Amino acid sequence: MERKTIVFKIQRYAPNQDKEPYFKSYEVPVEQGMTILECLWYIKENLDSTISFRSSCRMGICGSCAMFIQGRPRLACETQTLELKSSTIEIKPLPNYDIIKDLVVDQRNLFRNHKKVKPYIISEKATSNPTKEYIQSVAQLEQYLQFNYCLKCGCCLAACPTMATDTNFLGPQALAQAFRYNTDSRDRAGNARFQIVDTFEGIWRCHMAGACSDACPKGVDPAMAIQLLKRHSIFGSRKEYSDYAGPLPKNRRPDIPDAPAPTVKGARTNGRGNGKGKKGRR
Amino acid sequence: MRESRLWFLFVLAGACMIVLLGAHLFVMHLETFMGYLGITIHEPLAYAEVMARAKSVSWLVIYMALLILALYHGLYGVRSVLLETINMKHHSTVTAVIVIVGLIAAVFGSYIVIQSYMMGGL
Amino acid sequence: MRYNNRLGAKGWVIGGNYSIERYLYILHRVSGLALIFYLMCHLILTSFRIAGAPTWEAAMAFVSGPFFKVGEFLVMCAGVYHAINGLRLIIIELGYCIGKPERQEYPYTPSIKKQRPLMYLLMLVVAALVAVSVVDFFIM
Ligand code: HEM
Ligand code: SF4
Ligand code: SF4
Ligand code: FES
Repeated sequence: MERKTIVFKIQRYAPNQDKEPYFKSYEVPVEQGMTILECLWYIKENLDSTISFRSSCRMGICGSCAMFIQGRPRLACETQTLELKSSTIEIKPLPNYDIIKDLVVDQRNLFRNHKKVKPYIISEKATSNPTKEYIQSVAQLEQYLQFNYCLKCGCCLAACPTMATDTNFLGPQALAQAFRYNTDSRDRAGNARFQIVDTFEGIWRCHMAGACSDACPKGVDPAMAIQLLKRHSIFGSRKEYSDYAGPLPKNRRPDIPDAPAPTVKGARTNGRGNGKGKKGRR
Repeated sequence: MRESRLWFLFVLAGACMIVLLGAHLFVMHLETFMGYLGITIHEPLAYAEVMARAKSVSWLVIYMALLILALYHGLYGVRSVLLETINMKHHSTVTAVIVIVGLIAAVFGSYIVIQSYMMGGL
Repeated sequence: MRYNNRLGAKGWVIGGNYSIERYLYILHRVSGLALIFYLMCHLILTSFRIAGAPTWEAAMAFVSGPFFKVGEFLVMCAGVYHAINGLRLIIIELGYCIGKPERQEYPYTPSIKKQRPLMYLLMLVVAALVAVSVVDFFIM
């Protein structure tokens, strides 16, 4: 197994104590398979307990551990240390946020902007107690599914050049979420959201530098969402709306795809699927 | 007005300028290259040539269009940069300054273009 | 006390190791600002034409010489780059050539990668036009 001693240059800053951030180096014996997050824990447990960073799920789901690793915003828990192929690794807090301490940044701006774009389904019908499910086709789901994987980790805001100067900009994360809900076939508040994003502090502050999509650890592609918002704000969107399910038809509609193949061999199917399923559909 | 309308005019102006500005740059600067294409241009900056172009109606239209399109496009662009740099609560101050600069430049520019059209051929 | 870690205007130029489009962005911004500045100077300079031939010749004499020649060449380059890259931005900012939303699989192919062939093609056009300008300005 590959083993290597790697020097971690970590930016430190303690509030009310340091005027300016500074770098401190730590030597960590790294084994193959260790993520940056594990190395940080090694430092905290063995070398310097005063170092601060955020993490929770350590599996790329919670979005807590975003930091600026070797010149790029990345999730510490999703970054293999040896794959960076360097004997010194520089870690800084995400740029374009206020630093609270060391690698911990203040994400309130991100969440405030996220809330501003009404990130929830709005429909007159959704407020009355639903008694049935919505019908949503696979194609309708795939209109927004990609953007649904956003962790709110904030890597995209750290990469965006507009964010470097503009404190009013809603930012790629929030704008991608505006697109996610606008394209959801169950949602009917597209106009209200355009009032918020079709403004001088919304989508028009984006210049398609593409760094947000470059940096996003989940492939959410906020830049695409923003350009499509621009297109819809100018040419309009031909959106399909979905409604509550009617009574179940006796015979299955031909456009409803088959159930996926059973993952366990010999498992019982519900009689509807043909056992083949479509590739890539889960 | 919704920002999307302003922005769309801005890129529309950009798209038109690809042709107009292209023509302007090629005629004024790439006379040798234009020669190869079979269009002979002599001394584009000689006074007689300048005033000969000023007299022609098609150049009058091209110059007026370029003036208005370039001013709208360029100053909208400056406004974008300013909005991202100065974080004012009220963007209207930035917009107002840009509109005033644009109006002054547009009036001045059209005066020159029209005046030299009327003097044309001197 | 929070430490303000916004990169400021230098973050427009360098923010980290991102792909080339982030540098095309700042080049587009700089060339655009250069062009509007040039346009204002251009308006004033060319206005001397209405004052008659001698004034015009004097104004032209003022802007001759190698310094202004190189300056003019740079404006030409800025114009060529800004126009061609602007065409790319119009296309992709209106949502063309960037692909469609889809189920993402690692390694991801985001919009910025999908427009890359268009970007390379148009940058070749820029290079060709700049080459023509070099020949016309300095060699012929
Ligand atoms: C020749 C055709 C032109 C095209 C196709 C074009 C295209 C564009 C486009 C699409 C943008 C928006 C970029 C973005 O979204 O960030 C832009 C920005 C800009 N343009 Fe042009 N443009 C042209 C000519 C000009 C001229 C002649 C000027 C100057 C008078 C100019 C000045 C600007 C400025 C100042 C910006 C703002 C830059 C920024 O926000 O980063 N453009 N141009
Ligand atoms: S869009 Fe991507 S980078 Fe931005 S917050 Fe969501 S997951 Fe993170
Ligand atoms: S594509 Fe737009 S939002 Fe994304 S980093 Fe570039 S400017 Fe920012
Ligand atoms: S610790 Fe949850 S995303 Fe890294």
